[in-house]
Formats: sequence, structure tokens, C-alpha cells
Amino acid sequence: MTELSKHSESKLNLDFSVVSKAREAAKKIAFETQKFIDRHTTTTIERTVCRLLGIDDVDEFEVPLPNIVVENIIKGDLLSLGAAIHVGNAILHTKLSPQEIAEKVAKDELNLTELPLKDLSEIKATINLIAQETLVKISQNRKKRDELLQKYGDKESPLIYVIVATGNIYEDIIQAQAAARQGADVIAVIRSTVQSLLDYVPYGPTTEGFGGTYATQENFRLMRKALDEVGEELGRYIRLTNYCSGLCMPEIAAMGAFERLDMMLNDALYGILFRDINMKRTIIDQYFSRMINAYAGVIINTGEDNYLTTADAYEVAHTVLASEFINEQFALLAGLKEEQMGLGHAFEMNPDLENGFLYELAQAQMTREIFPKAPLKYMPPTKFMTGNIFKGHIQDALFNMITVMTNQRIHLLGMLTEAIHTPFMSDRALSIENARYIFNNMKSISEEIVFKKGGLMEKRVDEVLNKAYDLLKEIEKQGLFQTIEKGIFASIKRPIDGGKGLDGVFKKEKNYFNPFIEFMIKELTKGGN
Amino acid sequence: MGGGQYSIERENSDKNLDLTRIKPYGDTMNDGKIQLSFTLPIEHDEKAIETAKELAVKMGLKDPEVTYHTTLDKGFTYFIVYGKSTHTIDYTKIKVENVEVDVMSIEDINNYIKEKIGRKLVILGASTGSDAHTVGIDAIINMKGFAGHYGLEHYEMIEAFNLGSQVTNEDFVKRGIELNTDVLLVSQTVTQKGIHVKNLTQLVDLLEAEGIRDKIILVCGGARVSNELAKELGYDAGFGPGTYAEIVASFFVKEFVRRKKLD
Repeated sequence: MTELSKHSESKLNLDFSVVSKAREAAKKIAFETQKFIDRHTTTTIERTVCRLLGIDDVDEFEVPLPNIVVENIIKGDLLSLGAAIHVGNAILHTKLSPQEIAEKVAKDELNLTELPLKDLSEIKATINLIAQETLVKISQNRKKRDELLQKYGDKESPLIYVIVATGNIYEDIIQAQAAARQGADVIAVIRSTVQSLLDYVPYGPTTEGFGGTYATQENFRLMRKALDEVGEELGRYIRLTNYCSGLCMPEIAAMGAFERLDMMLNDALYGILFRDINMKRTIIDQYFSRMINAYAGVIINTGEDNYLTTADAYEVAHTVLASEFINEQFALLAGLKEEQMGLGHAFEMNPDLENGFLYELAQAQMTREIFPKAPLKYMPPTKFMTGNIFKGHIQDALFNMITVMTNQRIHLLGMLTEAIHTPFMSDRALSIENARYIFNNMKSISEEIVFKKGGLMEKRVDEVLNKAYDLLKEIEKQGLFQTIEKGIFASIKRPIDGGKGLDGVFKKEKNYFNPFIEFMIKELTKGGN
Repeated sequence: MGGGQYSIERENSDKNLDLTRIKPYGDTMNDGKIQLSFTLPIEHDEKAIETAKELAVKMGLKDPEVTYHTTLDKGFTYFIVYGKSTHTIDYTKIKVENVEVDVMSIEDINNYIKEKIGRKLVILGASTGSDAHTVGIDAIINMKGFAGHYGLEHYEMIEAFNLGSQVTNEDFVKRGIELNTDVLLVSQTVTQKGIHVKNLTQLVDLLEAEGIRDKIILVCGGARVSNELAKELGYDAGFGPGTYAEIVASFFVKEFVRRKKLD
């Protein structure tokens, strides 16, 4: 591995030969799974293709037109060719735009699979033209972000990431702008909690949600605009985050690409374990969604930190590391650069554990050294937050210290009122104040400290790394799906054909066509990175 | 009405604990000291500080002191306020519906089920509705439990199923019927705008509609749950934070035996 030389000065005396071997095993695991991914498509992937071809809006029953189009194709039993072929064919027949075609399908005036299939190369040429236009639009958004970051300059110290979750996009905007003024760098709009299980994306601005706000393209647009405004006022670029997880991963990625979101939670394993989404479905969806994120310059956030909310953080810390290795390889296969991999971690241990802070510090430093270019996402305590806000504020402070001591990039800010309610405006302000105090007061500490040779921390990471490697070897032998079935991650077992969304998985035919995968992977993998 | 220093003397004249007139305690008996923090949707200025003080007075706080105030955003100001409560409470008249359980050990619970019931009890748990948090239900059901207290999966005489989070009440009831469950455990961790109450109520309605409410021991738990609230909503018991599996199990095994008159 190339980064080996850079880490000859590991603070923890990490054995980088084990790191290389672990990475190699993860690569094989991802590669094997990728073979399965490449043979399949899903309903949400095809709906994404529709969206990227310009199909949007809903019918009178609030059903999104991309759903209507894809269902129409399924009825004719032809989704295995891909939606693009049918839309392209319809364009050749009707000379209408994809949106007009979708509207006709919605009105029952057009049945896509009844149209005789025209010459494939002609269909592809027609579709490719539209696809190119979309990709230009997405590239322009990416450029716009780069320009703004250049104009204001990007922050070097950890990005302070806070959530808003009122359920009402207009209230969210008030909270988000206030948070930005208080010092937040990243605003994540938590989704309404049922959304990950919806097999469609709601439409328009929304003002009601539970524990969060629906991810809709219009909500994305409204929040983007609000953050650009407050960013202009503050002379900082405020990043916007949402959730590309659940049953509509790639569709939300596409919406985010259209509306210049900057980060996306994006982790199939998380959906499998914590939302009981079928593993085949979501791992296929993940590939296309990551590719769109890669193309749009979006940083993905993975959810490994969550494994330890159900399993013991001290005992199974290695599963977090193992999953990060696998996530890294899946991301690379989808064209994501290391700089876009916000691998999630934090090993939230019981606060009563003796030397818990040292183990946490050791593992955070280990993760930093193993993934040197990744903008790591560091998660605050949740499981052991009690409702004692005073102690909670200190627990958060300890986590804030670890971030600055180990140079984490994306610092998901802990709230003193975690486990009580979604944050008040004042909770966010107090937590931001806490973080800024620590980040400033301890700014250069990581350059000043070294850890004791052969000490407790060195021993701990050596153990975690070796256990992660052993686990990866085991997964390599058994396959990823089988490992998940056995409950290795988060102590949760999920059957391969269980969970939600399996009925949306389709085998691709030989003539399957998805213009976006073809264009994007070509562009993402061209030139060295 | 005396003035000046004498009023202070009189106010603090009774430093004895009087259970019929309980007041908050800061550092002196009956000083009534309370701390609170809140945000007002107004600009941060002198007028805002006065507004906060007046609010505190209306809340029954004497001599309110705004010890800290700051701008949260345009039109939003945050306050930390101290004051002395003018209200007192008659402690001797307070009644609380605690779940009265003699907590048994895991071994005792297993033996109790073996002797009195003679078969395994079936328990179904979930964090229902929109709540995505499994911390509570996991602590009670999962093998590992919490803080060294094993979960119900660990109990030999209990067959426990944990459906995890975001389970709809409909699915929960359906699974309950399929499994022929004896006990339903509902966890509600994070709540917004009182959603947990609506959700808990809906479950009771559903069980009643299915005609199985009486056949099932229905228990809820969570950060914002009290036994009083649970009873009010039609549950058999409610457990707040800091409850371990053996406490819940001790309750439902005894309740089961009591109801079936197996004793």
C-alpha cells in the first residue's frame, strides 16, 4: 500500500503489513459481491434512471411518476432491459420528452412495453443525448461547490456537523441558519423515521414528519438555498447532508446531485442491520447510489458507529474496523475517491469502563492512520446518554477532545439532551460552544503528543487490528451475505431472502442498458487519482 | 410588611424541614432555589432580560436572577435563570403509582415459571411507531442486556422475540397473534411533540379491536414513560429509565400467575 511510507511514524506502532493484508481481504470480499451486483438491477435503480432522464412530479394520488413508469414496465415483464431502453424507445415512437411520456403513462394513454422495440443502437443514441445533458448539470453543481469553497476557503479544523429534525422544512431552515451562525459547518436534515422503508420518494415541500423531515427534492432545494444565503452572510460554505439509505438509495443520491448536497449517509450494511432491508436489494442499490455520489462530488458517510449501539463496543470494536475496510473497497469499486469516504466510527464504550477514554483515543487514532485520506466521520455518544444533561455535556466534551487529538474530519456533534428530545435551538448552541472551546483550546495537541511505546493504547489497537483481519479472512471464506446471516455485525442476524425490498430485485438481461453507469464509471476511473 | 433586611430574616426564619410544605433546596433548608434555562424568540437586549425575569416571576419564582443570557440567532435569546420558588408542596399527600414488584433473581424467575406456569412464557418486544431507537428494548430483551443485567433472551424459561425498531403497531399485533405471545413489551425512547403517547394509545386500541387486550400482559417502557402514564393509557405497567430485565420479568411473571389464578 502506498500510504505505508507516510505512516512509518505511526503513533501507535501499527503493524501496516496487517493493514495491507486486511485491505487485500476486503478487496476480495467486495470484488466477489460486485459480481453479484453487476448481474442485477432494482426498481429504485430504474426509477433513478427515470429521474436522471428528467422524469419528476406525481400523479393525482401523489404517486411519483418514476414509480408509475417503472411499474408500467414491470407489468410488461421487461424491467430486466432497464427503464432507459423503454423510455428511449417511446421517445423514438412519440417524439415526446421523457416527462411527457411519463405523464401519458400515468394517464393510461401509453403502455411502454406494448411499443415495438426499435433498433437498440438508435435507442441508445437518443438516450445518451439526454443523459449527457443531465451529467453536465450535475458537473456544474460540483463546479459551483468547488467555486464557493474556493471563494470562502475551506475550514481546516474538524467540521462541526449538527442535525435539524423538526419535521417541518421551514422550521428546519430557521434552526439550520441559527446553527450556522453559531458555528456549525454541516447541517444534516434528519429524515422522517419511516422514510427509509418507503419504496418511493415523497414529493414537494413537507411540513409534517416524525423525528425528522421527509427527504424530497423540493426540501433539498429549499434548504440548499437557505444555507447558501447564510453562507454568503457568514463568508463560509455550509455543507448540507441527507440520507441515501433505505429503499430509495440511488433516487435520493440523484436528487442530492441535482440540488448540490454535499454529504450523504450511504451504507447498505446499516440498512440491512437496522432497518431490516433485504441485503441483496440494498447492496445493489448502494453501488449505483455511490457512483452518483462519486460523480456529484458528494462525501458519503458510512454507519459503522451504529453497530456498537446494539453490541458491546469494547468486545466487538474490530467489527467496526472490518466493516470500514469493506466499505472502502465497495466505495472504490463505485468510483469514489478516498477523499469522499466519510467512514463512520467511534467506539462508544460504557462510561464506567476503566480507561475507556484511552481505548477510545487509541481506536480513533488507529482509524485515522489506517484511512489517512478519508474525511472520517466521528460519532458522539448516544447509547450511554442518560437524561442527565450535565454529565452528558461532559461525555460530549470527552468525545470532542478525541476528535481534536486524532484529527477527525467530520465531527458529528453530541447534544447534551440526546435521549431526551430532538435538539432545541439552545441545545445546539451549547454543544457548538463546547466543541469550539475545545477545538480552539487544544488546537495543536495532536502535533504535540506521542503515546507510550508498548503501552495500553498500542496493545489495544494491535488487538483490534488483528481481530479485524481475522474476521475479514473469515468473511472472505464465507462471503459477505453469509456473514451477515450469521449475525457477525452488530450481533444482528438477517436472512438472505428476508427483509424488505427483495421483490424489487431483477436480473439484468444481456441487452440491459443504463447510460449513467456507463458514462459515470468511465469518467470516474479515467486518469489516476 | 416589614422592609429591608428584616424581610430576609423572616423569609428564612423557618429552617426546619416541614414535609407538608416542601420547597426546593439549594444550600439552606427552604431557600426554594431553582435553576432553569430557556430560549425566548426575541432580540437579545435589556428588554429581553426583563422579559425573562417576569416570566420567572409568573412561574412562581421570587427574586429571579438572570445569570447568563446570550444571542442564539437574530430574534432568539437564551437565558439561564435562578430564583426562589414561592410554591410549596404537601409531600404527605402525594400518591404515586409505582409498579410494586419484589424483584427476583433470574434463577428465581425461571423456577417460578417452572413451578407455577409449567411452560415457557412468550415475550414479544419492539420499539414501535416512528422511533428508531432500540436501546431500551435491547437492554431488556437482548442476551447481553445492560450494565451487567442479562436480557430476557438469557432466561431459560422465557422465549423472547425482539422485533427491533420502527415496527408498526399493526405488524406488532400481527406478530403477537402469530406467536401466541403472553407479554408485549413496547419501548419508546425518543419522542417529538408527544408522538409516543399517540402511538402507545393506538396500540391499545388495536389490541382491543382484535379482542386480545385481556389475554395479553401489556407493558411499556422508555425515557419518558412512568407507571402512572402507562396505567392512564391502558397498559398493565410502565417502566422508566434504569429498569433492568429482571424487574420487568418479575412483574409480568407474577401478573401472569395472578391473572390465571395459578397461585
